[in-house]
Formats: sequence, C-alpha cells, structure tokens
Amino acid sequence: MSNTAKAFENGKAFIAFITCGDPDLETTEACVVEMQKAGASLIELGIPFSDPTAEGPVIMEASLRALENGCTTDKIFDMVKRLRTERGVTIPMVFMTYANVVFSYGIERFCKKSSECGIDGIILPDVPYEEKEEFDVICKEYGVDLISLIAPTSHERIAMIAKEASGFIYIVSSLGVTGVRSNITTDIPSLCAAVKAATDVPCAIGFGISTPEQAAEMSKSADGVIVGSAIVKIISEYGKDAPAKVGEYVKSMVDAIR
Amino acid sequence: MPESKGRFGIHGGQYIPETLMNAEIELEEAYNHYKNDPEFNKELTELLNEYAGRPSNLYYAEKMTKDLGGAKIYLKREDLNHTGSHKINNVLGQALLAKKMGKTRLIAETGAGQHGVATATAAALFGMECVIFMGKVDTERQALNVYRMKLLGADVIPVTSGTATLKDAVSECMREWTTRIDDTHYCLGSVMGPHPFPTIVRDFQAVISRESKAQILEKEGRLPDYVLACCGGGSNAIGSFYHYIGDEGVNLIGCEAAGRGIDTFETAATINTGKLGIFHGMKSYFCQDEYGQIAPVYSISAGLDYPGIGPEHANLHDTGRAQYVAITDEEAVNAFEYLSRMEGIIPAIESAHAVAHAMKLAPTLGKDKIMIVTISGRGDKDCAAIARYRGEDINE
Repeated sequence: MSNTAKAFENGKAFIAFITCGDPDLETTEACVVEMQKAGASLIELGIPFSDPTAEGPVIMEASLRALENGCTTDKIFDMVKRLRTERGVTIPMVFMTYANVVFSYGIERFCKKSSECGIDGIILPDVPYEEKEEFDVICKEYGVDLISLIAPTSHERIAMIAKEASGFIYIVSSLGVTGVRSNITTDIPSLCAAVKAATDVPCAIGFGISTPEQAAEMSKSADGVIVGSAIVKIISEYGKDAPAKVGEYVKSMVDAIR
Repeated sequence: MPESKGRFGIHGGQYIPETLMNAEIELEEAYNHYKNDPEFNKELTELLNEYAGRPSNLYYAEKMTKDLGGAKIYLKREDLNHTGSHKINNVLGQALLAKKMGKTRLIAETGAGQHGVATATAAALFGMECVIFMGKVDTERQALNVYRMKLLGADVIPVTSGTATLKDAVSECMREWTTRIDDTHYCLGSVMGPHPFPTIVRDFQAVISRESKAQILEKEGRLPDYVLACCGGGSNAIGSFYHYIGDEGVNLIGCEAAGRGIDTFETAATINTGKLGIFHGMKSYFCQDEYGQIAPVYSISAGLDYPGIGPEHANLHDTGRAQYVAITDEEAVNAFEYLSRMEGIIPAIESAHAVAHAMKLAPTLGKDKIMIVTISGRGDKDCAAIARYRGEDINE
C-alpha cells in the first residue's frame, strides 16, 4: 500500500488543503502541525501558481499573496523537510499544484526532491488521464503517487481513470472551480458508487465543502473529504494568528465525519 | 494506455481539468464530423462571403514598395472584413459549429477586443447568448470595443485577477466553462489552448492563405518569397502561413511584440524570450520565471499582450520552418503612422508589428522579390491609444 493510502486506514479521512506561503511559510508550517494535532489524516500542500485556472477567488488570491511574499518551490521543499524532521509530522502529505510548476522545475528533479523530503503524492488538476504518462512514469520511479481526479462530467471515463489510480482518487464534487458552496447538487452517492465499482483505491470528495454537516453527508458515500478554501479563508482572515483557529476548525470537521 | 492528442512535434496536448475532458472530446468529434460535411461548408462559405465580405483583397502597396525600394509588397487586407479583423473567420466557423452542437451560449476571451466584437457579432447573428471576458486594463485601453460588444448584445465582464490582461481573460473563460458546460461553447480566439482548439482555429483561419495563394498566382504567376504576419497567440499568422508550409521557397515570418524591448521585462515576445512550459491547456513556449510562474508580459498592443504562443508556431520554430522576430512598441507605432500616410490604410497596432518588419526587410531585398504582409485588422480602435503614446490627448 502506498503511504498516501494510509490516510484511509483509521476510519473516514479528513484531508486539509493549505496554500503554502500565505501569509508566510512559518504560518503554513505551524498550521500543518496544528492540523495533524486536530486529527487531519492527510495534508495537501498547495504550491502557489501565478495563474491557477482550477481555483476560485479564495485560493487564487492566497496564491498571489504567497508569491508576492517570495514563496518559491525550493523554500517549500525546505519547509516540508522541517515538518518531517523537526516538527514531528508523520501523516501523509501531498503537493497540489499546476503542471508548469513541476515541468519547469524538471519532472525528475521535482519528484526526486519530493520523495527525499517526505512528500507522498502530487495532485495536478491540469493533467488529465490522457496527459498523465509524462508525469506518472517518473512519479512511480520515486514512489510518489500521482493522484487521479474524477469529475461529475467524467461518466464513461470513470472506470478507465479509476483502474490506473494510485494513492487515492480525488472526486470533484461539482462543476466549476474550488470554493465554498452552500449547495452541492451532484448525485454524489452514484458518482462514488461508480468509482468504487471500478477500483479498491480509496476516494475522497473535494470542491465546495466547508461545514461539518456537508462533511458528514459526503463521508457517507466517500472514504474521505477534502477541504481547501474554507481553511485558506481562515488564514486570510487571521494571518499569523491563524494556526490555533485552523486547528479548531479542523477538529470540528474531523469530529463530524468520525 | 493514455494517448495524448493534438500534438505539433512536442507541443500541444490537452492539459485541462478532468471536468472539461468530455466537453473537449465532444467538440473534437463534432468538428471532425462537420469539417467534411458539405452542408456545413456551404453554410460557412456563404457566411464568409455574404456576411463577412470575403474574399479579402490582396492589395499591391505600390507607394510603399517604391518608398522602401526593395521587394514588391502586397497587403492581405483582413482589415476589410466585417467587424474589422481576421477574427470573424474563426468566429463564424465556431459559432456555426456550436449551433450544430445545440449550444445556445458563447463565451470568449478578448485582448484588443477584436475577437470579443467578432464573437458578439456572431452571437447576435445566430441569436445566441454571449459573455465576453476582458482584462480590466484592456477594457480601459480599448473602451470603444467594449461599447461595440455591449451594443451587439454581449455582456462584458472585466477581469481583475492577475495582470488584468489577455492571459487572465483566458483563465477566467476556462473557469467559466468548467462551471457551465452543457449549453455553452467556449469560442477560443486564437490557435492556442487545449486540443482541438489549435487545429479548429487554424483550419478556420487558413482561408487567409488559401485565398492569398490563389490571388498571388493570378497577379504574379508565382508564389511569394516572404509571408509576414503579426503573432501573439498566432491565429492570423497561422492562417497566413498554412497553405505555404509545404512550399519551401516561401519564407514565413511571425512578428512578435517586443514591448519596450526583449532585453527588458516589459515584453511579450514569447519565442524570443520564453521557454518550454505547460499552460492554458497546451505545451508550448511561455514567458515565465525559473519556477514556472507565468510572467506579467507587456505590449502596447492588447492583442499581442499574451505570455504564450500557439503550439503549431512553437513547432514551426523548432523545425526552423518559420522565423519569429521581435518588434518594439516604438517600431510598431512608427509603422502604424507610416502605413496610414503612405497607403491611406490605418492598420491595427497588432498588424503594425508585421508592417514594421516589412519596413526593415523589404529594402534589403531585390526588386524581383515578392512579399505578402497580412494586415490582420484595422486601426480605428487604436487611434486614441497611439495619440496618447505620442503625448496627445483626444476624446474617443
């Protein structure tokens, strides 16, 4: 079993996304520690990209703040190393970023560094099944899971994608971009059932989830829930004082699904 | 085994969210069906001829030729098309395709506003809903086109994210499309983005070189030695080049926007300053920093102010089949004024980049050489901005 999949060993998984370097990497680091303490099962570390086409305004603005404050891929690698060696973070961590961040760094160099500093997987929302090979072959070489995404529009593509998935499957709950939604209208139980019929790889649902009630509802169908914008919003509001608040929020979400 | 589609050498592909994959596949299948459908082609030709005013003239610029004293210069007059630029060629094709696919709503990005105006025009003609995304900076420097789009019944959404220019308008269109796919066609304006757009847009713009080839053969009895076109994403350039790609004696030259110069950060010359990357659905060359963050590019021309270039151009550069030169703001403005006074033709500031290179190249060539320069659009929209550049404030 891949390290990423270990997040799903102890009941429903709570997966927390954070934009690295917003407002600075010290705050990101402290938030990750708090999120582990609060019971998060897996952390998605967002490497900011200048033009994140799959993100809504909350994560887009956080990404731009992080870049303006001088956050770089190399500084994030250093932070991950500190989290693993000095801060006692043992839960799986994956990167979420865009193809060009990995490609321009050199796919091989990026995967090697990821593996060395303790990253277990990579999510690239702009790399669909048809384009994954260029990344996946190298990811596999370094024991890093390239996480597959499945959307409400995937239909007959679900089995094809699920059969080659590793780590976990990221089920996109809704059309559109990331961000808090008051209503998720997709037929999530059917979508999850179609995924589960094709693979034993665990699946988690993200996009639009922010409240404990939504998380509880989603976790009935999936093995885990992913929350991003709601956490990033807390950080944008509280800045350097965010870690404690983020911890409280994550605990409320974890309690709702277990 | 996954198969990457829409490759031009190593460039192209479909780097888009899974949410859009089925929409792209549906579009590709529809296009492959209709491109060979006689009824579709008959309708499109009729629209191009009766509505857009094609074929566009191939005009011998005699005064300019004599003034520069070298190669014989012909201008391919895309500025004479309905809506004032080459953009209408692609838009009529895509709108007709969207209509056949049962779509009722068109969305599009626009830089200078020419593609937005063309899309709003087609939407009005076909009775479709239309939403245009335009960088806020561009809505200010191209205010006249914003008004034209609204007059044609489109909603114009100013995009404030990032640099608030063309690249951000494209990003916002992609976000909008993932939100609403069923009834909406993304009418992409250049030979860029994910497959099948670079191919579809190229095919619809190839009418430029299909006509110019027949026209030059009729006028001169032989092919040109040079074909010049301005190049941002590259739709008028690929349209101008396409039917000459197999004719090795024809030199193809794309003119990029150097902005304040390719040795400055205020440039949009992708081939001259960019490197290989993946962005906006395609692998190609992009202006970017060492970590792959897309650069905030600059050009006086809103239509060329884009950090990437279409994948087919990237491949024509790799193979050496086409050459890409960089033209500064100052050179383009000089050419804008030159063509106005010399031939009584006010070119779009985008097209003026091609004119500027013709002004440099023609005098170095013998009088027996023939050059075609594509005037991709007319310059009325640019008059206020160029006046400002020259320190004169005029009311639009």
